[in-house]
Amino acid sequence: MPQPVIVAEGLRKSFGEFTAVDGISFEVAPGESFGLLGPNGAGKSTTMRMVGAVSPRTGGTLSILDLDPDRHGPEIRSQLGVVPQTDNLDFELPVLDNVIVYGRYFGLPRALVRRRAGELLEFAQLTEKSKTRIDDLSGGMKRRLTIARALINEPKILLLDEPTTGLDPQARHILWDRLFRLKEEGTTLVLTTHYMDEAEQLCDRLIVVDHGRIMAEGTPASLIRQYSSREVLELRFGSDKNAAVAPQLEGVGDRVEVLPDRVLIYAEDGERALEAVRSRGLESLTSLVRRSSLEDVFLRLTGRSLIE
Amino acid sequence: MSTLPLDADVASAARAAAAAPRRFGALYVFEHRLRLARRTWTSNVVPALGLPILYLVAMGLGLGSLIGGGAGAADLGGVSYLVFVAPALLVASAFQTASEEFIFPIRLGFKWNPTFFGMNAAPLSPGQIMDGNFVYTAVRITANSVVFFALMVVFGAVPSGFGILAVLACVLTALSFGGPLAAYITSLDKDASQETLVLRFVVMPLTLFSGTYFPLAFMPVYLQWIGWVSPLWHGTQLARDATYGLGEPAWLIAVHLAYLVATFVVGWQLARRLARKKLNK
Repeated sequence: MPQPVIVAEGLRKSFGEFTAVDGISFEVAPGESFGLLGPNGAGKSTTMRMVGAVSPRTGGTLSILDLDPDRHGPEIRSQLGVVPQTDNLDFELPVLDNVIVYGRYFGLPRALVRRRAGELLEFAQLTEKSKTRIDDLSGGMKRRLTIARALINEPKILLLDEPTTGLDPQARHILWDRLFRLKEEGTTLVLTTHYMDEAEQLCDRLIVVDHGRIMAEGTPASLIRQYSSREVLELRFGSDKNAAVAPQLEGVGDRVEVLPDRVLIYAEDGERALEAVRSRGLESLTSLVRRSSLEDVFLRLTGRSLIE
Repeated sequence: MSTLPLDADVASAARAAAAAPRRFGALYVFEHRLRLARRTWTSNVVPALGLPILYLVAMGLGLGSLIGGGAGAADLGGVSYLVFVAPALLVASAFQTASEEFIFPIRLGFKWNPTFFGMNAAPLSPGQIMDGNFVYTAVRITANSVVFFALMVVFGAVPSGFGILAVLACVLTALSFGGPLAAYITSLDKDASQETLVLRFVVMPLTLFSGTYFPLAFMPVYLQWIGWVSPLWHGTQLARDATYGLGEPAWLIAVHLAYLVATFVVGWQLARRLARKKLNK
């Protein structure tokens, strides 16, 4: 078992009275792809900023690459690549210059920065845009450029805070593809997301965070196994009828969850559950059988949806 | 086999990688600012050359032709209006540049286009980010002031051989005002047009009441304090000492210098501290 690159124990962060991160513990192994999953305000970004050695912790211990961020901020940051939630590219500089100035922050020689910047734009599929102004890039291109920039120092760990929030589906898939390549090359990825599909695509292992605490930990598959069933049957009876129908669904599947707009029935076999519902003489307006996802895990753990 | 040595390597690699940014971080920020300036250098160079000529012609020659000779000259300490006003215009121009440089790029980096957060996510510290911006502005003002000074010489506005020291007065004035200004701008959180208020209600009155166009002593006593607290007045007096020998006693020159250095150091240190508070919440 290789020594972990990140070790957090009882990590806490308060802003005055408000506790954003309330004693969370986790470890990340080299080469692992580790996710923090949770709704907005769960404390994911605050945790990322502490791991990024730009936000001092209020309590607990934290070690990154065997160094304490309180004392060795620049040392740790020299080994990290950071993709923040909001882009902070320099809008007044063109694409290539943005990567070059960023490389210089690490004190890397100009010739090396120039060479790597070219390679990274290639990787980010932005070579043709190297002289373009940032304003003229699409949201997806800006994110790709931010990732390219974050790789200029060949980081040991890449921190990604909500990497695809606000992107259209196609741009997200291009980004996932790039991140998956990095993962294959052995880069340690730590990412926050509130998208289930993103966590399932990219994370080897994840923690589910809510109100600054860890609710569950495991691989996406094991979390689904543990906290949900194999399949989910979604039924819509009409917004005012869902709750009224619920008592009649008792005994169908493993568990029934009533949401304002739909009823979820957790079952090993969704089609069979649907037959069982119909055999009770209940007709829904729509019905959908799907595989269980992390969204269901979150719902089970917190009684709330992730995106509200 | 132990895995410990591997991690010891990682930590020592990190130490080695951070050595350069720890030492030269401010210069990397300076380099970034230079790269930005290079993209807009025509819009920097044209005013750097053009404005001094306009000012010297309009104020020194134009207005000076009205004031020259007689009682006026005595009030100006026996020099022509051009000689009297030129060093003041030189320092005022540095003061103006500093007002802009310590408002907009600072506000931009923290708020409008938060590049400072990106620098800090890399190994650079908040203090280094501030320092880099100070270095850039000091260099820019030195360059502009040297050009302005050369034009003053061409206009025959520099009788003294020590005139070039006026450039130092420009840089000191810029930093003296820039330190507290940068600290104030760093402390801002929400947008409420504070930048425009500073330009209108601080920069503008200081420019008018700091003994630039007429000696401070001409002002009513109850307005003279504006000059005494104004870095622009202290810098202007120093520049006049340099270009034509104002005849100030040595202790007064020392007061000007001490005041400028002290306000710079206090403001600069405060700005660094506020930057840390802002970036490392």
